[in-house]
Amino acid sequence: MQRVAVLRFPGSNRDLDALRAAERAGCDAYFVWHRDTDLQGADAVILPGGFSYGDYLRSGAIARFSPVMQAVQRHAAEGGAVIGICNGFQILCEAGLLPGALVRNGRLAFVAKPVDLRVERTDTVFTSAFARGDRVRVPVAHGDGRFVADPSALDRLEAEGCVVVRYLAPGAGIEPNPNGSSRHIAGICNPAGTIVGLMPHPENAIDPLQGAEDGRGFFTSLAAWQSLAGRR
Amino acid sequence: MTYRVHVRVIPRAGLLDPQGQAVEHALGALGFGGVSRVRVGRAVELDVTAASRDEAHAHARRMCDRLLANPVTEDYIVEVEEG
Repeated sequence: MQRVAVLRFPGSNRDLDALRAAERAGCDAYFVWHRDTDLQGADAVILPGGFSYGDYLRSGAIARFSPVMQAVQRHAAEGGAVIGICNGFQILCEAGLLPGALVRNGRLAFVAKPVDLRVERTDTVFTSAFARGDRVRVPVAHGDGRFVADPSALDRLEAEGCVVVRYLAPGAGIEPNPNGSSRHIAGICNPAGTIVGLMPHPENAIDPLQGAEDGRGFFTSLAAWQSLAGRR
Repeated sequence: MTYRVHVRVIPRAGLLDPQGQAVEHALGALGFGGVSRVRVGRAVELDVTAASRDEAHAHARRMCDRLLANPVTEDYIVEVEEG
């Protein structure tokens, strides 16, 4: 059974949602406090959504220096899976585990609504249950969700197949890019597909009571993922 | 010696700055003509103890590189005055 550490920073607020979504997919999920430095044998780590350290200075800028992040850096360097959702994605970019940055939404407003995504890459820890081109509707809830990077970094992401999910372009019946993100990027990964960051919240779309279930595939992917350590 | 350090962090030129645009628009609405290229960033002030002004400056630049500014999206300016 996949052991999944869900990190808790002061100000995390989707931590329980992420834990429950992982559990429901069949993972052995547990919380790890930001001051801890032991991931307790985790196969995968989830950095959940929220407003870590009040998002002071910049979203994720303080959290990246938490004691637990040193353990996450080691885990990532050894090929362990790391997933950052929303604020977790911001932290991964601040920590240099993923390229680019998340800045203020193009229209300044905080957006909380469903969006439509296209799955662009499926050999990652968080998207293996999908087929390339699948369309999924999951919610976003963020003020700093506009992904930016310099043009050469964006080209490299595209060339290496590191765009994992993209917002759909505007169209009839489509909830499009909500934040002005470069090239409609909603989520990216490292070349190996072991580190994934995305702004949308699949953990908030796993049950009919939440109004949508498209997010389940992300967590069944996680549950089914064979860690690099496991393959050795 | 203690130095007063002023750090200004500004969104990089070329990066869309919606806050700057909104402020520019509001200034225009208030009748302030001839205003362009408004950028909104942040200012950080700190006291730094160092052997020299140059050392305080170098120290502050390292702080900017590691924490105070995001190298992907922001530029910074450091000014040092004797405290």
